[in-house]
Amino acid sequence: MIEFKNISKHYQLKGQTIRALDQINLQIPDGSIFGIIGYSGAGKSTLIRLINLLERPNDGQVIINQKDFTALDARSLRQERANIGMIFQHFNLLQSKTVAANIEMPMKLLGWSKAEREKRLAELLEFIDLKHKKDAYPDELSGGQKQRVGIARALANHPKILLCDEATSALDPQTTKSVLDLLKKINKEQGITIVMVTHEMDVIETVCDYVAVMEQGQVIETSSTLEIFSQPKHPTTKNFIQTVLQQQLPVNILQNLENQNHNSIYSLQFLGTSAQETVVQAAIKQFDISLNILFANMTEINGSVIGQMFVQLLGDPAVIEQTIAFFQQNGVKVERSGVSA
Amino acid sequence: MRDLIVQWLTEITAPYWKSSLSIDQFVTALQETFHMVFFAMLFGCIWGFIQAIILLVTRPHGILPNRVIYHGLNPIVNALRSLPFIILLIAFIPLTKLLVGTSIGTWAAIVPLTIYIGPYMGRLIETSLLEVNEGIIESAQAMGASPLQIIFKFILPEARSSLILNLTTATISLIGATAMAGAVGAGGIGDLAISYGYQRFDTSVVILTVIVLLLLVQFVQTFGEWLSRLR
Repeated sequence: MIEFKNISKHYQLKGQTIRALDQINLQIPDGSIFGIIGYSGAGKSTLIRLINLLERPNDGQVIINQKDFTALDARSLRQERANIGMIFQHFNLLQSKTVAANIEMPMKLLGWSKAEREKRLAELLEFIDLKHKKDAYPDELSGGQKQRVGIARALANHPKILLCDEATSALDPQTTKSVLDLLKKINKEQGITIVMVTHEMDVIETVCDYVAVMEQGQVIETSSTLEIFSQPKHPTTKNFIQTVLQQQLPVNILQNLENQNHNSIYSLQFLGTSAQETVVQAAIKQFDISLNILFANMTEINGSVIGQMFVQLLGDPAVIEQTIAFFQQNGVKVERSGVSA
Repeated sequence: MRDLIVQWLTEITAPYWKSSLSIDQFVTALQETFHMVFFAMLFGCIWGFIQAIILLVTRPHGILPNRVIYHGLNPIVNALRSLPFIILLIAFIPLTKLLVGTSIGTWAAIVPLTIYIGPYMGRLIETSLLEVNEGIIESAQAMGASPLQIIFKFILPEARSSLILNLTTATISLIGATAMAGAVGAGGIGDLAISYGYQRFDTSVVILTVIVLLLLVQFVQTFGEWLSRLR
C-alpha cells in the first residue's frame, strides 16, 4: 500500500508562498489501478513524483509497504526507486540508444549480467510486441511504440509499482486505447499497482479502479471509479464526468421540443446492471402518462453500467409523482433536469 | 619518412615555388601547428569536461546543487574567458616558466593555449550538456541512477552529437589562436605568414598559408559534422 500522510509542499515565488500540495492524505491499495485526475496546475504531477521522491514534501510522510520513504538516505532511496517503474508523457527515451539499449538501461544500472539482460529483454520485447524494432532508434518509432518501449523499460526490474505521468496525453485516441489495454494487462497478469496521473476522464473510466480528484493542491474527492461516476459530489468532479457522461440535456434537443414545458423534463440515472428499458416500459404500462425519451447514453465502468436518460413526462401531476416514486423504488435516480444554458 | 615527403614536395613544387621559405620550413611549421593544436586540445578537453560537469551538477536545480562551488567557479571562468589570447600569452609567462621551464617554444605556447581554450571549451560543453532534455535526467533518477551514472550513462551519450559539433568549433578557434603563438617563438604556420609574408614582403607565403589554413579548417569542420552524425 502507498500512503500519503499529511503531505504538504510549498515553494516561494516572488515572495509569495505557493501551495503545490496542501495536507494530502491518500491511500493507494496494492494491486489496484489508481487514477489521479485534475486540471493542469492542480498538483497531480507533483503528487505522483512524491511516490519515488523525485519531489520532496516539506511536510508529511510517504509510506510504501510500511517503509517511510521520506526518511531514507540517498543510497537506500536509489535502491527503492529501482523497484518503482515510471513512464512519462514525452516518453523520455535516450535518443542516442536503440530500443534494446533503452530497455536494458535499468538492468545495466543494477549490474545484471549480459545473459540475464538479454533474457529479460527478449521477454519484454515479446510482451510489448516490438521484437522487430529491437535495433531501431526512438526517432524511428511512432508515439505509441515509444510509450511501449517506455513501459518495457519501466518493467525491466520487475517493479511492484508503476507510475504513469500523463502517459497517454501525447497519443491519439486509438494509440491511447492500445497503451491503456497494455497497462490493464500488466495490472491483471503481474499484479503491479499502477498509479496514473491524467486530465482525461475517459482514461479513468477505461482503466482505473479508484480515482482521486485534485484541485489547487488538494484532493477534493476520492473513491471507486464507479462511485465517482454515479455520485459525483464536488462541482469539479461533475465537470470531469461531464466530459464522458452527458449530465445535461443538449441545448439543440431542447430547442426542438414540441412541448416547451421545461419543468416536465427529468433526468433518470440507472446504476449497475438494472436494465433501464424494462423499468421505463413498466412505467409506461402502469401509469397514464406520456413518456417521451429525449436523450440517453450509457457507459461501462469496471463491468458496471451507468445509464443516463432524459425524459419528458406529461400528464396529471399526481400521476407523474407516482411515476417518479415508481422509478425510485426500482433504483433509478430521478432529478428534475437542470435546463442547460 | 618525413624527409621523403619533404623531398617529394620540394621536387614537384620546384617549378612554381619561388620563395626564400623552403618547403622543409613550411612542413616544420605545419608540424608545430599540429603539435600545439593537438596538445592544447587534449588538455583543453580535460579542463573543459571537468569545468562543465562541475558547473552542470552544482548549478541551482542541478543534480547536486552547491551554491559555494557554482558561484565560486563561475566568475573565474568568466575572468579567464575575458582575456584576449595575445594578452594571455604574455600574462601567463610566469606560470609557463614554472610548468615548462621556459617561456619560449612550442611547449611554452601550449600552456597559454590551454588556458585560453579550456574555459571556452568548458562553456561549450556545458551548453551541450544543458541541452539534454530534463525528462531524460528525471527518468534516470526514477530508475535509481546515481549522480555519476546520470552523467556518464545518460547526459554524456545524449549530448554526444552536440558535443562533437561544439568541440569542432573549439578546434577551429584553437587553430586561429596558434597563429599568435609565434609571438613567443612557438612557430606554426601563422608565424610564417607574419615573419616571411608580412615582414619580408613575400606574398606567396601569405597566399600559401591562407590556402593551407582554409583547407585545414574545412577538413576539421567536415570531419566534425560527419562524426556528429554517426551513431
